[in-house]
Amino acid sequence: MVRFPASSPFSPAFWRSPLRGPWFTSVLGLVLLAGITTLFVTGLLSYAAYNPDVSPVNDKTPDKGVLGFYLFPWPTDPPWLYRLTQGVHVTLGITLIPVLLAKLWSVVPKLFVLPPVRSVAHALERISLLLLVGGALFEFTTGVLNVQLDYLFPGSFYPLHFYGAWVFFAAFLTHAALRVPAAVRVVRERRAAEGSGGSRRTEGRDDRAAADGRVPAGRQGSVDGDGPGDQQDLAGSDGLEELVAPDPAEPTVSRRGALAFVGGGSLLLFATTAGQSFDGPVRGTALLAPHGGPEPGDGPGGFQINKTAASRGISAAETSEEVWRLVVRGRAGTVRLSRADLLRLPQHDADLPIACVEGWSTSDQWWRGVRLRDLATLAGHEQGEVPDVMVESLQRHGAFRRAALRANQVRDPRSLLALDVNGEPLLPDHGWPARIIVPAAPGVLNTKWVARMTFGDLA
Amino acid sequence: MRRRAVRRHTSRPWTAGRPAPGGALRILLFACSFALTGYAGVRLLAGDWFGVALWFVGAAVVHDFVLLPLYALADRAVTGVLDAGGRRKWTMYVRVPAALSGLLLLVWFPLISGRVAERYESATGMPGDVFLGRWLLLTAGLFAGSALLLALRLRRVAKARPPAVH
Repeated sequence: MVRFPASSPFSPAFWRSPLRGPWFTSVLGLVLLAGITTLFVTGLLSYAAYNPDVSPVNDKTPDKGVLGFYLFPWPTDPPWLYRLTQGVHVTLGITLIPVLLAKLWSVVPKLFVLPPVRSVAHALERISLLLLVGGALFEFTTGVLNVQLDYLFPGSFYPLHFYGAWVFFAAFLTHAALRVPAAVRVVRERRAAEGSGGSRRTEGRDDRAAADGRVPAGRQGSVDGDGPGDQQDLAGSDGLEELVAPDPAEPTVSRRGALAFVGGGSLLLFATTAGQSFDGPVRGTALLAPHGGPEPGDGPGGFQINKTAASRGISAAETSEEVWRLVVRGRAGTVRLSRADLLRLPQHDADLPIACVEGWSTSDQWWRGVRLRDLATLAGHEQGEVPDVMVESLQRHGAFRRAALRANQVRDPRSLLALDVNGEPLLPDHGWPARIIVPAAPGVLNTKWVARMTFGDLA
Repeated sequence: MRRRAVRRHTSRPWTAGRPAPGGALRILLFACSFALTGYAGVRLLAGDWFGVALWFVGAAVVHDFVLLPLYALADRAVTGVLDAGGRRKWTMYVRVPAALSGLLLLVWFPLISGRVAERYESATGMPGDVFLGRWLLLTAGLFAGSALLLALRLRRVAKARPPAVH
């Protein structure tokens, strides 16, 4: 076999960081195992929250086939459900970025392993790893760009992020099945060794020695062979020890220190992002997140806006009291209602949050308006058999200018066609003259500037 | 001897003369995984297939061959300068604030750079030009905090040093 000089990345001697080794990679891997599983589950929940099976207008991935096997009617309780699941999805995703980068850094020498393909199984694993790394970066990148409204990616966000997640997760599951047992063993053995007072030499001891510059870090993987655990370790770590630099540079930080550094990066991202799921001073701490910083205004309407009226082409002329009419269709035919007509119907209150797919949310706002189920009754549907509803906005463009709500959402007494918020009539940016607000529903289903509502079974 | 055999066999599981135990299981696992990849993949590639494939593979290539070498070289440059001055122990005081600042820039680049400022303002009703300033202030804070910690450490070292050394 050709021997490469140490200046070539194909030579093991090229990789000199004393930090790389089984323990460092295993800890990062296990954090990602828990984190990415949570991201995948909350992501799937978000798709379910859109109620894609109620109507094609809610479904941006209609070709999903069996990938939608788990779909279920999204509940209206607890009302902060989507706020929680999507807040976790986006905030956790951003928080995990340093862990992902560190994990990729810790295994990068393996990219240059020679020969590049040793066998069929090895070739398959390398293809799977490309899907794993490409998939992870694709998912994180599309997500991070989308929450910043930077639609650079080649297509609509929904299919890219949803199908991309499945491609990634297929590789992720395989990787987990192959690697988690070894990672768990590496972490356990080190902990056991520390607990027993270090009768065996471990990577951890070596860390500290390495940090002091006494012992080249990581050498022990091949040098030590005394303990009974060693054989097991080698048998289980499945090539992980190849990560240890054969000729490590003098350390500038211990492995623990490096891990704390990665954790510090996560903490910083978390601290400058998480606030966008809360109001007031807490939101102010989210200095770089798209919906952090000061609120967009004062007073009753001074809460976060996803899309302003101006950006959607909603003019004052078409929303004036004289011109605007709500068209309600149902079993009994068509009813046209002015805002004054709506105000004469029984008014109800609901304290509900707004929670966006982009991960930000507001705390409860005090909404007041007409119950959706009362409008269903007005359209000729009996109290006991409230159907689905298709809601259409005045806006002419946008993926969700029409959105469908399921019967369980229409039936909920807190689901309103809101006319007021926080004691004042809605502002144009919050959906004047009337908007939908439904507990636990994603923001895009809470249609603003409502023009038409059609009750009936949509599925 | 026995240990040696185990070791050679397991550290390079696929180079052994006969298939590694579980090798068939692995191949089945990959087949199952690739079938799911294929099912989702044809849907992922249904639109602009070339663009999506480029993004998918390009993400890995750009990370592995551009981003990682760039930050590794930058790190080596910092370590080298400090090393030359006999200040290798200070590396983390430069590396940490620089990397954290770079991380924030990497994640929030669209907002910080202002490339989406117009769309952002139009959509949210909030000013889109505040992020660069916030990032610079955070960066200043990170370096200032690191400098403060280093100053404290140097003072502690100076105090602890026995007078004979002076």
